Amino acid sequence: MTLPEGMPEALGPLDKPEEVVWAGLADQPIVGGVFDEVTSTRAKEIIARYPQSRSALLPLLHLVQSVEGHVSQDGIRFCADALELTTAEVSAVVTFYTMYKRTPCGEHLVSVCTNTLCAALGGDAIYRRLQEKLGTDGEPLGHEETSADGAITLEHAECLAACDLAPVIQVNYEYYDNQDVDSAEELVDALRRGEKPHPTRGAALTDFRTVELELAGIFPDLAASVEGPSEAPETLLGVTMAGDRGWAAPAMPDTPPALPEKK
Amino acid sequence: MTDPITPVLTRRWAEPRSWSIDTYERTGGYQAFRDALRADPDELIQLVKDSGLRGRGGAGFPTGMKWGFIPQGPTGAGAKPKYLVINADEGEPGTCKDIPTMMADPHSLIEGCIITCYAIRAHFCAIYVRGEALHPIRRLANAVREAYAKGYLGRDILGTGYDVDIVVHAGAGAYICGEETALLDSLEGRRGQPRLKPPFPATAGLYASPTVVNNVETIASVPFIVSGGSDWFRAMGTEKSPGPKIYSVSGHVERPGQIEAPLGTTLRQLLELCGGMKDGIPLKFWTPGGSSTPLFTAEHLDVPLDFEGAAAAGSMLGTTAVQVFNETVSVPWAVMKWTEFYKHESCGKCTPCREGTYWLLQILERMLHHEGTEEDIETMLDICDNILGRSFCALGDGATSPITSGIQYFRQEFLDLCAEQPAAEKSAEPAGAMA
Repeated sequence: MTLPEGMPEALGPLDKPEEVVWAGLADQPIVGGVFDEVTSTRAKEIIARYPQSRSALLPLLHLVQSVEGHVSQDGIRFCADALELTTAEVSAVVTFYTMYKRTPCGEHLVSVCTNTLCAALGGDAIYRRLQEKLGTDGEPLGHEETSADGAITLEHAECLAACDLAPVIQVNYEYYDNQDVDSAEELVDALRRGEKPHPTRGAALTDFRTVELELAGIFPDLAASVEGPSEAPETLLGVTMAGDRGWAAPAMPDTPPALPEKK
Repeated sequence: MTDPITPVLTRRWAEPRSWSIDTYERTGGYQAFRDALRADPDELIQLVKDSGLRGRGGAGFPTGMKWGFIPQGPTGAGAKPKYLVINADEGEPGTCKDIPTMMADPHSLIEGCIITCYAIRAHFCAIYVRGEALHPIRRLANAVREAYAKGYLGRDILGTGYDVDIVVHAGAGAYICGEETALLDSLEGRRGQPRLKPPFPATAGLYASPTVVNNVETIASVPFIVSGGSDWFRAMGTEKSPGPKIYSVSGHVERPGQIEAPLGTTLRQLLELCGGMKDGIPLKFWTPGGSSTPLFTAEHLDVPLDFEGAAAAGSMLGTTAVQVFNETVSVPWAVMKWTEFYKHESCGKCTPCREGTYWLLQILERMLHHEGTEEDIETMLDICDNILGRSFCALGDGATSPITSGIQYFRQEFLDLCAEQPAAEKSAEPAGAMA
């Protein structure tokens, strides 16, 4: 391989890489840029949950995303410092996962399922309409792009695991079930007016940054956010029908049978 | 003969605040683990072996046998810490059973985790939940908190001297992390790419230590097996595929939804429970267990949907994600959409899968724009042949399923698209795209 300057040997002997001694998390709070003491404390709390610290990387990336609305170079540095990794190691991870956004997200992230089943039931049409609606100057909004008012980042998503409720949309990962083009438009209009329509299933709608904190495993008000409707009629189809018709699983014995001996 | 619907895992779902520990205990929850923690761990493994419980994540591996592979004893691999990892990264297209389970009855899973950890002698369990499943994550986090508060988790559980901790871990959007070794890499804070097996997770899993990786539905079944015994469990389903199973019926049916029925239930029976085909438009094709399981057609209405039945008919049971499509849907279009998915989700580690899915999508898109040729069909089959069995994990294999089965049953539709040559009649919209 030739370099513009000639062969690598021509560059002379390389300097030995400078030895980096990590200060370690315990001694030095990782604070800097937009990441304050609270974030630093939360990072330590997350790391302490795992037998090995690196397991905390995915939650920490959700944590920095909750602060900045995306994973910036500063966010990568923060995680690298917290876990004693290089920024290259952290970057490799960030770029692998679709939920980490590399450019600032709008207040809400709207994800439209366009996998086969949702698409066949109208998901593709919903996505196209929202692209047109949220675009500017007749230019449709692209995947992971944000509307000019900063209210909405739009994306098409792969299967969101709610196929019995297709077509589905998520706003900040809360489910809006059984959508069509009109209901999706109404939803987006309401979001742009600053309203927060309640999801079909899940907690009251907040915003992208708030849910990213929850995904990091930090729940500022779990007692409230755990509530909310969660079982759609579709979810309960079988169990309701069984109740109506008197169907049941075979009865269990009154007391648990003795455990078998090891064979 | 059992009833057509046998709610076990879904039994509590209609209860008010079904997800709270109060409801769970009021309806008999957290009894099984009291018995379990007094038992010999090996007896629990034997019980699960006797029950015939098979993995509900798609592969159907016998659960008790998996637990039995964990090395025990004071020396060698047995001396290492052991781990339980729950695969809650539900993302296979069509699959939507674990998310409602975690949303409606998270404590069944938590109690199952405690019993399983005790059986395999683990003290740490991670529940790896797909990141987009936010509300299930809240419900699990809350359930874990409630269980700690009652002394069912943590140090010296119920005075037995046994310790176990559970962490609820959110993923970040990668279908591949549903593959167990990719999931382990992801849980270790890395890119989620599959590992070469062997070594299997049973000997070198999380942090290179012995690890059991099981699906949500599998582990949520465990407390019921402890309470009811193996004979009770075997009273449902078939001899080789015992127990109840959550069938998730979606698509062109009158009433889609979750139906927990004995393994071996047929699509004909499920359709009847779902009120038949939507608007009476006839069935064209369906997946028995997600998009990675080869398609079935109306010929397969009476195939028993258990592990053996689905395999004997040329597909796989997978996750019992029954996606139903009627006659209005173009097979090449559906196959193209699924291929788009696999191309996007291929992790890029193995060349056949990374390159193969890329080129398959190009060809399918070309076909749907009426620019394909008959030869393309053979080219696709050839590419599939070069992916199947030639990658580290099953994603590549799964990517070939819709294509090979689609061509097997609906070759004429692909030929018709090609016959619409010459390209002079090109349309801007891909043929068969739905409204």
